[in-house]
Amino acid sequence: MSATQVIYTLWLREMKWFLRGKTRIIQSVVQPFLWLAIIGIGMSSAFKLPGGQSYLQFMAPGIIGMTLIFSSIMSGVSVLWDKQFGFLKEILVAPVARTHIMLGKALGGVTTSLLQGLLLLIAAALVGVWPPTILALAQVMVFMIFISLAFVSLGLAFASKMTDPVAFPLVANFLVMPLFFLSGALFPLATAPDWMKAIAYVNPLRYGVDGLRGAIIGLSDLPLWVDFGVLLVFSTAMILIGGYLFRKTSI
Amino acid sequence: MNNGYAIETDRITRKFGELVAVDNISIKIKYGEIFGLLGPNGAGKTTLTHMLCTILCPTSGTARVAGHDICSEPDEVRSSIGIVFQEPSLDNNLTGRENLDFHGRMYGMTSEQRKARIEEVLSIVGLSNRADSLVKTYSGGMKRRLEIARGLMHRPKILFLDEPTLGLDAQTRRVVWEQIEKLNKTEKITVVLTTHYIEEADYLCDRVGIIDMGRIVALDTPQALKDKLEGDVVYLKVDDVKKFLRIFQKSPLVKGVKVTGDSLQLQVGNGSKTIPRIIETVRRNGGQVQEVSLKRPSLEDVFINYTGKAIRDEGPDVASRFGMHGHWRR
Ligand SMILES: Nc1ncnc2c1ncn2[C@@H]1O[C@H](COP(=O)(O)OP(=O)(O)O)[C@@H](O)[C@H]1O
Ligand SMILES: [Mg+2]
Repeated sequence: MSATQVIYTLWLREMKWFLRGKTRIIQSVVQPFLWLAIIGIGMSSAFKLPGGQSYLQFMAPGIIGMTLIFSSIMSGVSVLWDKQFGFLKEILVAPVARTHIMLGKALGGVTTSLLQGLLLLIAAALVGVWPPTILALAQVMVFMIFISLAFVSLGLAFASKMTDPVAFPLVANFLVMPLFFLSGALFPLATAPDWMKAIAYVNPLRYGVDGLRGAIIGLSDLPLWVDFGVLLVFSTAMILIGGYLFRKTSI
Repeated sequence: MNNGYAIETDRITRKFGELVAVDNISIKIKYGEIFGLLGPNGAGKTTLTHMLCTILCPTSGTARVAGHDICSEPDEVRSSIGIVFQEPSLDNNLTGRENLDFHGRMYGMTSEQRKARIEEVLSIVGLSNRADSLVKTYSGGMKRRLEIARGLMHRPKILFLDEPTLGLDAQTRRVVWEQIEKLNKTEKITVVLTTHYIEEADYLCDRVGIIDMGRIVALDTPQALKDKLEGDVVYLKVDDVKKFLRIFQKSPLVKGVKVTGDSLQLQVGNGSKTIPRIIETVRRNGGQVQEVSLKRPSLEDVFINYTGKAIRDEGPDVASRFGMHGHWRR
């Protein structure tokens, strides 16, 4: 049984679920759009950043990062619904490798998360923030893919260890909130207290947001290759851990 | 491969902590038969089935399914079997056809193979006209039939059915039975089913293993199991009950005598063979037989004999199916 066919089969199913849950898509995009359109614009008229950019420009990449991390981690919940409704048994009894099942699920999660990220990118363009060049857009895409890959795998790792689909969003929030607040999405880390900087250093989302911001508005704390390198290592580690835990998951 | 057994278990055992759910079971199931595991809730039927389907590991012992070891060759086993789980296992957000298509893809079927086979299995279970509705709009009976159709999609050599008619009404149950028989005959599929319905095991199975507290306590054809009990009862109406009560108490023909109303109830080994000799005995002692009838033991009696209790049709299995997944109507 070929790996690509298994991966495609699982991916296809994730897509069908995504497209049939229209309210979820709208909800996942409307909320970050409100952040941009209200908080972003409101704050922009209140003060300017040291670098001269508007707050809206500063914040837009951060909100894209927020959308990605939420939608990515939440894609793990599909494993729990599959456990709850018994469909995971149907998947696990098929003569296919579990690693391929995990990869199919991950690819599905990355795709849905990317679609939501793209909608947000369009929303940001509507309020006047967009990548200046095609190259910048390509960089944005690369960062979006790796942020998604990393956190989709993290979500799958958690889902492999849990059983209750209702508890999952609580756990995800508990995890995502501090990562988001300490990622430099909402305020510059350069002027933050040292302890906050120290924590931010080990926060993978910080590198993702920094990379997105570098690509979109040309402002970043670190060189892009550092951001990308850290993200690459982190997402690889997450895929391996997620894959390992998924192989051990029981029905 | 066909010269071996479809399934051969070797002292297979599964513990959950202290609890021994499946205890040292060694059985052989032949190709082409409908084999039933009959036992009450909690007997270990599902645990055994899950191990044979490679989604649960034995604590000790092993089994060969379709000639492959469940522990060391799970992928080979998986591609030779189909399973209909006790608990629902459909994707409610997909249509019936999409559920079948997903299955076909996972088993490596090509697009043409899937298309043709989907139509076939849908018509086997009579769901062709609802194939494109979302499964969440199906009734319980329809979901069950779709699960059976899905189990058949990839033409398995061996089909496991874990409580296939649990919670179904009598009419739907009949339909499912007929389909199982048809599959076994026309598609030559070996069927291993678990049930806690006596009639189901009796009606459907070529051989039945009675399972209780993780052990197989008896295994044979339903008829042989009943015969072994030697529990035939002859009801005899004679003119002088008291006199013949005394006579039969001393007779070597019968193992026990009771009086019920105006007739005698004689417990014998083989009823059909003993009746003529009983009538002969009555005549020789100057009496007259007015009525005679024979009751053979049921599989229920067999069950009670081996387990010391009656099997009852209730318990957590039904509850979980009802509770978690809404209404269960046809
Ligand atoms: N995952 C599990 N963890 C702990 N105990 C279990 C588990 N699965 C089954 N059991 C126990 O094993 C016994 C056999 O269960 P099961 O195989 O489901 O029986 P049946 O299918 O015959 O009703 C029961 O006592 C049940 O409570
Ligand atoms: Mg069971």
